[in-house]
Amino acid sequence: MRSICFYFQVHQPYRLKRYRFFDIGKDHYYYDDYQNAYIARRVADKCYLPMNQLLLDLIQEYGQNFKVAFSVSGTALDQFLQYTPEVIDSFRRLAETGSVEFLSETYTHSLSALKSKHEFQRQVGKHQQKIMELFNVKPTTFRNTELIYSDQIGAMVADMGFNTMLTEGAKHILGWKSPNYLYTNAINPRLKMLLKNFQLSDDIAFRFSQQSWEGWPLTTEKFVGWINSIDSKEEVINLFMDYETFGEHQWESTGIFEFMRALPGQVLANSNFTFNTPSEVSATLQPVAPIHVPYPISWADEERDLTAWLGNELQDEAFSKLYELEHKVNAINDAGLIQDWEYLQTSDHFYYMCTKWFSDGDVHKYFNPYGSPYEAFINYMNVFSDFEIRVNDRYNNLGNIPQKTENQNDNLWDTAIVGDVTHEFSFAINSTSKAALKKTLSEVKPETIFHALKDVDQEVSTKILAVLPAKLKKQVVELIENAKPATDKQNLKAVNSILKTL
Amino acid sequence: MKVLMFGWEFPPHITGGLGTACFGLTKGLLNSGVDVTFVVPKAYGDESKDVRLVNASDVTIDVRNQVFKEYWEQLKYIEIDSILIPYVSDDEFYRITRSRIHHTEINDSVFSANYKFSGKYGQNLMEEVKRYALVAAQIAAEGDYDVIHAHDWLAYEAGIAAAKAIQKPLVVHIHATEFDRSGENVNQTVYDIERRGMEMANKVIAVSNLTRNVVINRYGVHPDKVVTIHNAVEPSDKSDYYGLERGVKEKTVTFLGRITFQKGPDYFIEAANKVLKKDKNVRFVMAGSGDMLNKMIKRVAALGIANRFHFTGFLQGAEVDQMFALSDVYVMPSVSEPFGISPLEAISSNVPVVISKQSGVSEILHYALKTDFWDIDALADSIYGLLHYEGLSKMFVALGKKEVEAMKWDYAAAKVLDVYFSIVNN
Repeated sequence: MRSICFYFQVHQPYRLKRYRFFDIGKDHYYYDDYQNAYIARRVADKCYLPMNQLLLDLIQEYGQNFKVAFSVSGTALDQFLQYTPEVIDSFRRLAETGSVEFLSETYTHSLSALKSKHEFQRQVGKHQQKIMELFNVKPTTFRNTELIYSDQIGAMVADMGFNTMLTEGAKHILGWKSPNYLYTNAINPRLKMLLKNFQLSDDIAFRFSQQSWEGWPLTTEKFVGWINSIDSKEEVINLFMDYETFGEHQWESTGIFEFMRALPGQVLANSNFTFNTPSEVSATLQPVAPIHVPYPISWADEERDLTAWLGNELQDEAFSKLYELEHKVNAINDAGLIQDWEYLQTSDHFYYMCTKWFSDGDVHKYFNPYGSPYEAFINYMNVFSDFEIRVNDRYNNLGNIPQKTENQNDNLWDTAIVGDVTHEFSFAINSTSKAALKKTLSEVKPETIFHALKDVDQEVSTKILAVLPAKLKKQVVELIENAKPATDKQNLKAVNSILKTL
Repeated sequence: MKVLMFGWEFPPHITGGLGTACFGLTKGLLNSGVDVTFVVPKAYGDESKDVRLVNASDVTIDVRNQVFKEYWEQLKYIEIDSILIPYVSDDEFYRITRSRIHHTEINDSVFSANYKFSGKYGQNLMEEVKRYALVAAQIAAEGDYDVIHAHDWLAYEAGIAAAKAIQKPLVVHIHATEFDRSGENVNQTVYDIERRGMEMANKVIAVSNLTRNVVINRYGVHPDKVVTIHNAVEPSDKSDYYGLERGVKEKTVTFLGRITFQKGPDYFIEAANKVLKKDKNVRFVMAGSGDMLNKMIKRVAALGIANRFHFTGFLQGAEVDQMFALSDVYVMPSVSEPFGISPLEAISSNVPVVISKQSGVSEILHYALKTDFWDIDALADSIYGLLHYEGLSKMFVALGKKEVEAMKWDYAAAKVLDVYFSIVNN
């Protein structure tokens, strides 16, 4: 069996209204209702409703031979419920056919996987529940925000019980390998990995109407010709794209709807491919190899990395300030605060602060309601400052309880969430340059390094050892060989002290 | 005494302290019985009715008149220096670069023309300066004036032309020099215009001793010709804002001004960082916009203090009063400030101030903490002191207010009047 696996991403953020310094402490409503409603309505009319109908028609026409998958973010679902409930109904009709798989993701399309295991798990749980509630199916396949993935994120997802995950078939991780096979996570081989064929996906998503492209105009005959030319041993073509491709990014007048209407018939008649969902592909195909992704990748931009959301001063500041509040928000446990906390985590806010204005800048600009990344940052931080005041007020008013909660948290932190610390530590090490690492670590005591190395995987410890000066390295290696293993407490202390200097 | 004044901006359409000072001085002169006609390149119609304001855009000039020939010839050869944007707010810059200013073509065959000035600090500034001079001569010829008085370099050409046209003495008033705006990288064209203005003038008025020294040392003007007359502050009732509800509990430290090299915003941020290390319960606000804004935002983010350091963008009119009302300390860390009227406004709003020693206002304001602009430790120390030692801040507000109340435009106007008499009698 050879499969085409369609997955469509449906996401809308809660855009923030213009929020000035003068509003801090006074106005606790942050969202631009007008713009959010307007965009939800517009995209529903241009894309979600007509495209859902089209897919429903195709499923009815081709039965078991045509299937697709969706990942719909919680913020999109919330806005549909609020502004365009008929979109929910049309997704329900698709769900009822049994030919549509709904994937699991973080509720607010957040970057929590990079920062907090606890928050990540909470959001995924909440999203799963929402999908169950609305569509009566339990997702078993996971896709992370913007297809962000690393070995560690994959292992975390596997621990949560998922057996399949989607990510980008990024050139720099695949090398000579083809994305058209099933792979596994490098740490936990039970997690099957489906990799996006970005060439063919982007032919539809980005290049479809680009007249300067040699493939223009793209017809179904041409497309089927391309997939037929793929080596017959390659088993699956993963076409992953934003759902808004249909009707919003590629307008109706480009013929994108006609293309999709005709594609299944053309594929089924003139090739040996069928259409399958990610979980079907994962269940039927044999994985060929583990895929190694030590540093997080994504499906964005030319670099396929995280730089659209994180990395410049503005993004890093906003991101770290936000997550500093996590334990307080959890301790307060107030529905209103949690909702704002979640909505503020949506990756789009950080995307608006991106300062890469070159080749991919056009795409960025298109989705950006702000005039500049600086404006986006100021507005976000103003909102955040108000949110922070609310959180701190509530937290300080918890009376005796916060003390306890804090202690409990500390204990938890000491024992159960050690995995988190290791995750954060590994991430920090991986994202620091060798030169910088060398500079900081050469001043750290050998015991501290030894304690910090507890629980990290081979890759991280190799990287650390490689940058140490000879003498220090010798001392650390001696400790590894002879000293008794570090306790969790020592590990935590050591990791924190190194993280502070990084 | 009939005085014809040339300025560039007039409240409420101002980008800095220049317009405010011109307004105050004009009113002071009117109070002492001087007949002042104030010319701006562009009047909007909502300016104060107390002052007779002439809109240069409404003046029709007859270029066949010999007086204009010289300027007309110059005008035809003006190179528009596109990097010359002395102070222009973000929004203004956007508007300037996006919209073409409507004006009639420069053409010898058009003998009579109304030129619509934008009255902004923008792209066609040099052209506007020269055109302004043309119109100025026409205006001077239509009235019977005793003295011509020009404020800052943009109006010097106009002043010179007018004085020449009617053979009357000229006073130029230095609110800022090119060295204040650009440090050592002066724009030669601007410098030349400034220098020529000072040379052609019968008297030069500087807004502080600091500026007077610059005029003498950097422009080579004879000390006898330069008089210091400090600015004053318009008494205004800010009590409407006194009880303004605050959203934040923390004390607020404010910087308000153009975010440019001259104003030292970077020193403010470094000092803020130092204060925050000691005390997290403070908020800093940088109000204004300018060419260093983005850099400042980046710096705040890099220091990791963005949840305690806020930006408001450009503030105008009531928003400024509101901002003062929400402030506990006002800081003006200017690298070079000929005068600096905003600390006086802050004190009027009951806000104690920290000012740099490199400001003209520090010559006359005693109840203020003064530091060198580059000394961020001292700056941080002063901010911290005013925030935490109530005795100090209360005293500064109470006595500072008295001091500010004594700085009346009427007094400044009397000194200006002395200057007029000294040259008219000659």
